Amino acid sequence: MALDASEIQTINHDVLVIGAGGAGLRAAIECSAQKLSTGVISKSLLGKAHTVMAEGGVAAALGNVDSRDNWKIHFRDTMRGGKFLNVWRMAELHAQQAPERVRELEEWGAVFDRTKDGLISQRNFGGHRYPRLAHTGDRTGLEMIRSLQDHGIHQGIDFHMECTALELLKDGDRIAGVLGYWRETGRFVVFKCKAAILATGGGGKAWKITSNSWEYTGDGLAMAYEAGAELMDMEFTQFHPTGMVWPPSVRGTLVTEGVRGDGGILKNSKGERFMFNYIPEKFAAETANTVEEAEKWLNGDKSARRPPELLTRDEVARSINAEVKAGRGSPHGGVFLDIASRRPADFIKRKLPSMYHQFKELAEVDITAEPMEVGPTLHYFMGGVRVDADSQMSTVPGLFAAGECGAGLHGANRLGGNSLSDLLVFGKLSGTGAAEYIRGLSKTPEAQNDQILAGVRRATDILKRDSGTNPYVLHEKLTETMQVNVGIIREKGELEKALEDLGALNKEAETMKAPGTSQYNPGWHEALSMKSLLITSEVVARAALMREESRGAHTRNDFPGEREEWVQYNVIVKKGANGMEVEKRKRPDPPPLLKEIAHAKIEDLESGKVGGGA
Amino acid sequence: MSKRTFRVWRGDNKGGDFKTYETKVDPGMVVLDVLHRIQAEEANDLALRWNCKAGKCGSCSMEINGKPKLSCMTRMNSFGPDETITVQPLKTFPVIKDLVTDVSWNYQQNKRIKRFTPPTPRPEKGYVMYQEDVDRVQEFRKCIECYLCQDTCHVIRDRDGKDAFVGPRFMIRLASLEMHPVDTEDRIPEIRKEFGSGLCNITRCCTEVCPEHINITDNGIIPLKERVVDRYYDPVAMIGRKLFGIRKRS
Repeated sequence: MALDASEIQTINHDVLVIGAGGAGLRAAIECSAQKLSTGVISKSLLGKAHTVMAEGGVAAALGNVDSRDNWKIHFRDTMRGGKFLNVWRMAELHAQQAPERVRELEEWGAVFDRTKDGLISQRNFGGHRYPRLAHTGDRTGLEMIRSLQDHGIHQGIDFHMECTALELLKDGDRIAGVLGYWRETGRFVVFKCKAAILATGGGGKAWKITSNSWEYTGDGLAMAYEAGAELMDMEFTQFHPTGMVWPPSVRGTLVTEGVRGDGGILKNSKGERFMFNYIPEKFAAETANTVEEAEKWLNGDKSARRPPELLTRDEVARSINAEVKAGRGSPHGGVFLDIASRRPADFIKRKLPSMYHQFKELAEVDITAEPMEVGPTLHYFMGGVRVDADSQMSTVPGLFAAGECGAGLHGANRLGGNSLSDLLVFGKLSGTGAAEYIRGLSKTPEAQNDQILAGVRRATDILKRDSGTNPYVLHEKLTETMQVNVGIIREKGELEKALEDLGALNKEAETMKAPGTSQYNPGWHEALSMKSLLITSEVVARAALMREESRGAHTRNDFPGEREEWVQYNVIVKKGANGMEVEKRKRPDPPPLLKEIAHAKIEDLESGKVGGGA
Repeated sequence: MSKRTFRVWRGDNKGGDFKTYETKVDPGMVVLDVLHRIQAEEANDLALRWNCKAGKCGSCSMEINGKPKLSCMTRMNSFGPDETITVQPLKTFPVIKDLVTDVSWNYQQNKRIKRFTPPTPRPEKGYVMYQEDVDRVQEFRKCIECYLCQDTCHVIRDRDGKDAFVGPRFMIRLASLEMHPVDTEDRIPEIRKEFGSGLCNITRCCTEVCPEHINITDNGIIPLKERVVDRYYDPVAMIGRKLFGIRKRS
């Protein structure tokens, strides 16, 4: 039967936001405030996106708990945590605007934990100089997504739930629409729009051990790539140091950094507090080097330095990995995370209720009485779509990206808590960016029928085939190669093996078969997401192969240590005429004042000797 | 590793039936893990919802051996060693396919509730609220919108009272707004009328099934019922209202 594009349902919006996590919701709220007709599509029901899993808090230099904090120190922490590969302007905007974005959430109904003075309380976290994370127990993400959701539904935004985007449609170079399908019926839908904002998160589902849910298949990254946008810093995939390791069915599920922020310590099988053996030189001046000093810090002594358990995530994850490799791991291949011996039971239950609940119900471990077993889990993509810092527009006119699927803020490694603030700050900026772009359009771009029909055909072929590869089996194979060959410690031979495997998987993917009809068919959905996963995985592997140094979350066994030369380059990947093009691109020089702040001594920054006028 | 028998409801809004699967079960597994295994190995098109797999998103609600539960938090070792496990969709909502139901009614209810309305402009450093004043609101805000309480509520489930009663989930949403220390809106009239607070007969079934252990009935619904009674049925207040008009807040 010949397909006819006119039979496909069409919905018109000025802007379509793809993804309804924190970034997507914040972007949509801004779009509607800019008087744009705004649609949001989400693969899941509203309020279920991965933002609900964010636990510890949202980083913003409110200075409510320690008045010495300000945006410059947050900026400095972010740059140092990102090993100076961050986009300077994004780190600046983020640190400056995060406090207002957090307070604004209170206007929309968020209820954060309070200080004694009745202000938003803030907790300690890895890499943050001062208690900086506004939080609601250990379910901050839920608090945020619900606040955005409950506010957003009254803003005139159209929410299209359980709708998956397949392709970005273009008119020449410009975005003209999005092809998608309704999960419930399997019917296709074309969203005609002048701008599209990607808020699709990362692609953690390419790994076996991950904290990510089924949704994180790199859809936005792959669609942007196919549309010709540049991806940047894709070699930097964060392994969160503390995922659950037992039982196998929950392997990878996140254990919040808040456990360590609130006093939890890491121990090996010999009972040693091993993080003292892994303090890198660049953090030595600001990290306690004795148990005594770390204990003083825990007891609130402001002159004491921070315990090494609160080093940045890349450092802690590598240290855990090394302890396990040296044979000092816990029974199930992790290390011990102990808060039971550090804080009274009622404190733990009050500050970490969902951790208590999660371990009790899923692992039969009472964290107020015994230590947890934890190990690294693929958690977050620092890299993503390369965007303009102020407008969040990609290299494709009309295509924007915010939150995890955008690149730049976090550089080589993200600090905990900077993701929730990222999605608020850049979610909003992508909305203003889209509005400005639309106002400047002289005519409305038109989606092309042949592109729509080709997309529909690709999707339906998977159902129509008589037989073929089981998409679940293919996905399993992908996670095996990515886990082993593009893991926490990488080397040339393994990365090349990954690329070889990916080549073979790409071939197999051409013959995937989903049995059943198109109506709510998870096998078909899985098959459709394989394309995104495969593109995303290949981009990560190629970028990782190009960066011949170890920086932040990217560790090369064959190129240990940071190489001075490489801080001057980002790795950029884009679609070329003959497949994937990988480029080592020179970074622009930072503005002198920002450079001075980022490299300043903390005392000089606090006293105002540096950055006083900023 | 042992084999277990699962009876899973397969079908759509036109009808369906239970299908039996014999599936391997590993130590530590939850019901959702077993369903995923069935899906990957035997029934690629078995429809179900899930996201976080850690009891935080409220997507994987279903009825397991007749009880509304999150399948990600239901451990296999909570059943007898030879017990057959029967899994079916939430009964209160229309089936879309297999274990997936149409829960859009709940989203419509939320939209009917008047939004949070704080005083403006906001103070520069944010609203001043003390922890002891937000504790009870935070209890309600733990809700993950799994709708197990809506599924089990007699008014909605057995008496098909969707037109008359907003259900436990939205009673605590209303409670979280009404008890918010800085909210200025008044929702008591609609809590009594449109939202049907009088229809709850306090059987506490909702509280029992809540995976977040929110004390829905005692801390949320009963105080709202009391506010309605104070407003509409307290004789002193009734005279006061006649003389001075309706109070802004109860």
